[in-house]
Amino acid sequence: MGKMPLWADAILVPLFSLALAAIVSALVILGIGENPVEAFNLMVDGALKRSDGWGFTLYYTTNYIFTGLAVAVAFHARLFNIGGEGQAMLGGVGVALACLYIPWPHWSIALIGTSVFAALFGAAWAYIPAILQAKRGSHIVITTIMFNYIAFSVLAYLLVEVLRPAGSMDPASATFPEATHLPSFHDMFAPEGSRLFRSAPANVSFFLALVACVGVWLLIWRTRLGYEIRSFGHSETAAKYAGISPTKITVIAMLISGGLAGMMAINTTMGESERLVLNFTENAGFVGIAVALMGRNHPVGILLAALLFGFLQQGGAELALWTNIPRELIVVIQALVILFTGALDNMVRMPLERVFLALGKKEAN
Amino acid sequence: MDFVTILQVLDSTVRLAIPLLLACLAGLYSERAGIFDIGLEGKMLAAAMAAGAFAALSGNVWVGLLAGIGASLIMSALHGLASITFRGNQLISGVAINMLAAGITVLIAQDLFRQGGRTPSLTSGGRWESIDWPFAETLANVPFFGQTYSELISGHSLLVYVAIALVPLTWWVLYRTRFGLRLRAVGENPASVDTAGISVIRLRYTAVMICGVLCGVAGAYLATGLQAGFIKDMTAGRGFIALAALIFAKWRPWYALWACLLFGLLQAVAIRYQSIDLGGITIPVQFMEALPYILTVVILAGFVGRAIPPKAGGEPYVKER
Repeated sequence: MGKMPLWADAILVPLFSLALAAIVSALVILGIGENPVEAFNLMVDGALKRSDGWGFTLYYTTNYIFTGLAVAVAFHARLFNIGGEGQAMLGGVGVALACLYIPWPHWSIALIGTSVFAALFGAAWAYIPAILQAKRGSHIVITTIMFNYIAFSVLAYLLVEVLRPAGSMDPASATFPEATHLPSFHDMFAPEGSRLFRSAPANVSFFLALVACVGVWLLIWRTRLGYEIRSFGHSETAAKYAGISPTKITVIAMLISGGLAGMMAINTTMGESERLVLNFTENAGFVGIAVALMGRNHPVGILLAALLFGFLQQGGAELALWTNIPRELIVVIQALVILFTGALDNMVRMPLERVFLALGKKEAN
Repeated sequence: MDFVTILQVLDSTVRLAIPLLLACLAGLYSERAGIFDIGLEGKMLAAAMAAGAFAALSGNVWVGLLAGIGASLIMSALHGLASITFRGNQLISGVAINMLAAGITVLIAQDLFRQGGRTPSLTSGGRWESIDWPFAETLANVPFFGQTYSELISGHSLLVYVAIALVPLTWWVLYRTRFGLRLRAVGENPASVDTAGISVIRLRYTAVMICGVLCGVAGAYLATGLQAGFIKDMTAGRGFIALAALIFAKWRPWYALWACLLFGLLQAVAIRYQSIDLGGITIPVQFMEALPYILTVVILAGFVGRAIPPKAGGEPYVKER
């Protein structure tokens, strides 16, 4: 089988997959009697043509960067972490506990503190599946799925029985103290009296997500640990032969992955709702899978893919507002992207490889 | 707790265990053939929507059942295409199928009925009627045996009895037929099956399609038996509980029945008693809901007997050239 050039593998294959997903999505929209071109224009209008739209898009992007990086770090060690959703829920519990019970003097210090809490809680939730995989060979995909459901029960229990303020009916914690409220894009970038980003939830944690991108890049490609994670992912036996402990790498990769997923909660709970609510993860843990696949497990790719999915999320909300297309269209598109970039990868790759093989032969002649 | 209450809990245990059992047996065929399937949830959901929609449109529960099986088979074909033909990652394909079903069911239901992504409530013709066994009425007052007979054994819908009959049938197919032997072999060592001149691809597609049919029945039962119509996300994790039951049962049919009944019992108790008071210690309902998942993790950890999956599970088969 002929090898494709690196650029084709990194750019061409995802683009073709995305195109296929877009075509099928367009057919779906046609199928329910709407116009795909109009729908796309509406999405662009709603998500990218107003500062508020951008504010929402970047807010969702922040979530997806964290969960996408989480899935990617685990993927580098050839571990499939479907538990991002549950790890994010636990991360939210960490954020809520830190915000409610520690008197932070200023949001910046609170942000550092809650980051630690969110990451620790998320990592702790990933630790049990990781150690079970490493020590007892329990399939990490199944255990992380189970832990998603257990996490939901834990979160529901805590919100209903423990964190719910007396007299309140809805399952949510008390509102966090004023000092922990993160500045939104409106607070940071809008001049006095301007309406820029006025009602958008994007906040300072977007920059935290960018920092996480750089951090993951450094970790994976510039540190000894990252090298070990990647070698373990390429070949477990070779890694073992090189003196890399599979147990250690499995656990560490999952801890980092869980920590990143947990940090997603900072954006939604501390940055937006300012209290812990039941469904704050909004499927971001699963979208992270699509983001990591689309972004080819590279932070730059993940950033771009997260932007794309943020745009889809916000555009989809606009569609649901102005047309008869339900929000679930976005779930369909996300599923199609996972299908084409993940499961049906070979369907795109094999013909492309053949094309490059033919081209290579021509050059050789 | 009196005897009648126990019977009522057991009765709802059976009802709740049936979709789990059907999905669990579906997964059993697929995974025994070496195709991991975490998309049981999605297939059931697609089937539930199709069954609900077609039963509502036609007023005929059989049309609903066929439509459900059809929808589930489409999802199965997709899974087969991704994991057998294109040798993709079976787990990722499963995730994609779950998300696809979660989205597309609401989209179609909304497009057809405009009721917020649900199908209309079914009336008598569109639902499975319960079958009363002979003398169930008369025996209802006879203590113990009569009550058990009329409350627990009689009065379920046809699909309940079909699902239970599928357990011995699956056992027979798996352990007493040539097809079953080949199916198990292809999940353990596909190369040996190939050497014997039997098509691995065809066997695996067959298994995936059987899985599709059973998930279809499970989904149809949800929408037209257990409840009267499809609602958004109505599978509510049942596909994953079925997966848990499959691991719990170590991929064997009779154990699958017991595991599904156990998980059905947990659901029935959680529905009937919100929180359970055990002499000062209150067990919250959330714990009961999480128990199937916790049990599965314990089993997977190998603390209570080891669950060893089919050896070639999850590995695409590449024919030697």
